Amino acid sequence: MTGLQLSREQLLKAYRLMRMIRVFEDRVSAEMASGDIPGNTHLYAGQEASAVGICLHLRESDRIASTHRGHGHCIAKGCDVDGMMAEIFGKETGICRGKGGSMHIADLSKGMLGANGIVGGAPPIACGAALTSQILGRNDVSVAFTGDGGINQGTTAESMNLAQVWKLPVIFAVEDNGFGEATASSFVVAGEITKRAEALGMAFAKVDGVDFFAVHEAAGEAVERARRGEGPTLLHIETPRYYGHFSGDPDNYRTAEEKAAMRRDRDCLVRFRRRVDEAKLLGSDELDKVDAEVQAAIDHAVKAARAAAQPALSTLTTDVYVRY
Amino acid sequence: MAQKSFRQALNEALNHEMRRDPNVIVLGEDVAGGSGASGQKDAWGGAFGVTKGLLGAYGPARVRDTPISESAFVGAAAGAAMTGLRPVVEIMFVDFLGVCFDQIFNQAAKFRYMFGGKAVTPLVIRATYGAGTRSASQHSQALYPIFTHVPGLKVVIPSSPYDAKGLLIQAIRDNDPVIFLENKVLYDTVGEVPDGAYTVPFGEAHIVREGGDATIVAIGRMVHFAREAAETLAAEGIDCTVLDPRTTSPLDEDTIIEMTEETGRVVIVDEANPRCGMAADISSIIAENAFGALKAPIMKVTAPHTPVPYAPNLEAAYIPDAKRIADAVRKAVAFQRS
Repeated sequence: MTGLQLSREQLLKAYRLMRMIRVFEDRVSAEMASGDIPGNTHLYAGQEASAVGICLHLRESDRIASTHRGHGHCIAKGCDVDGMMAEIFGKETGICRGKGGSMHIADLSKGMLGANGIVGGAPPIACGAALTSQILGRNDVSVAFTGDGGINQGTTAESMNLAQVWKLPVIFAVEDNGFGEATASSFVVAGEITKRAEALGMAFAKVDGVDFFAVHEAAGEAVERARRGEGPTLLHIETPRYYGHFSGDPDNYRTAEEKAAMRRDRDCLVRFRRRVDEAKLLGSDELDKVDAEVQAAIDHAVKAARAAAQPALSTLTTDVYVRY
Repeated sequence: MAQKSFRQALNEALNHEMRRDPNVIVLGEDVAGGSGASGQKDAWGGAFGVTKGLLGAYGPARVRDTPISESAFVGAAAGAAMTGLRPVVEIMFVDFLGVCFDQIFNQAAKFRYMFGGKAVTPLVIRATYGAGTRSASQHSQALYPIFTHVPGLKVVIPSSPYDAKGLLIQAIRDNDPVIFLENKVLYDTVGEVPDGAYTVPFGEAHIVREGGDATIVAIGRMVHFAREAAETLAAEGIDCTVLDPRTTSPLDEDTIIEMTEETGRVVIVDEANPRCGMAADISSIIAENAFGALKAPIMKVTAPHTPVPYAPNLEAAYIPDAKRIADAVRKAVAFQRS
């Protein structure tokens, strides 16, 4: 297994990022219940191996464009966790000064072009970032994260065609958690998702999204293909969604047994720990230490977000235009 | 100064900016046009010939024919703009922006605000608008009020070749998304256009002519009809100011209010549909800020609230003309408070 040839530092980084996403999302879920987080969140817990398996290959100058379920992608791409938490709380210290919220977190300096409140919103934007790279000769790649819901949007189909005819350095990462909102993909997704790439002559792979190493390996090939100028790749990543579609979703379209089995048998963190333990690459004590550090970091983020001021009302009308 | 067509003025603007700044690219359907066909080079230069010659000068990487899929390439242009390029997208007819509203309204227009001021999106979307070519409902609309309504977008509607060049150069240098609308009936009109690069600032109305009896505010092609009406009225002893806002976002409210205060009578001419349109909007600005100066009700001359019809007689009746404008001014001048 090639992934197991990662350095100890890379393995620790991968684990830390996945754990950070999990603890962040579980905590956001808990804090939502307190009523202090405005609006809505769409949690990524369960899907960590996908974001991290892909983003570990990316440089800061590479770009990603994300989905409603964007917190995991942000963390994997290196966004500041304190700033993210403050943003979700709607505070002035938020990464978007409290103007974006959970669905629009972005940090362009980290190559994170935004979570997106529109299903299918990201693929054209990622193609644009890839176009910039291609025209300026930068050798950067971009990743369009989308879901099994987004795969049915015209924007995704159009962007895949555009990327293939222009040989753009872009990866379409389709995170298939089996549900577009509350509707199972079996009701609304026709055929095999990978066939949509095949029809365009685009490279593709189907990957078990619970297995960090499988995602990492497939993403590595896709990133290298893009950097070599050989064009786009579609990755169909099957991954579990631990929570409902949004924070108040009763999630009663899945049985309790299904959900319990999903958490028991398809947990990327458990799988990762087992694999590195069997291969004697990282010890439990090291990983437990990471867990404790992550927990402290999230505690700090929540505390700081709670303590932060609301944005000044004077900022209501700023930053619409560069100049008017 | 050289006489040049509206089309040529736009072409010169693109040429100046592509030469000056290697980050400027042109995307759209047929902007090269047939360039990949055997022996063909730069066959079309866009459906209206505005981008002719650019492919030869700047090559296929920077002058790109796209698939007919506006969501993908308008969205890609937005993504390219936020990552370092300055794309100029050509959309054949503004009507087609309907298929990619999301990428304009929810993405490009919002990046700066929702990302806390940290994004710039130097994107220009050029599109033709307007009735008068017997192209009917899906190729003739004047949709600028829709874009004007959306915060984050700037909207430019030039009426002369001089303004077309200066405003397009300004648009390309601007760091916000700009919807740049060209009335296709005006492409062959000519006017004085300097050879060099120059800019016309946004948000500064052009006072086309001055007269003390009434103010006609007219947008895009309507400026020509307004001038014609003003000449007819001058022969009758009614002197009109004609004001061309040139951009509807930002809108030069100050000059509109100032001219209202000078003449006390206002006629607003707008090729778009009347409900929630520019005429309604400008009317409300005047009513709110210069009510005391008004000597007559504000008159609006607009298209009817219908799609654009096909039959030549119906289409001619659809578009506001000099006669309707002159009639509205006469009515305003004749108005007596009871």
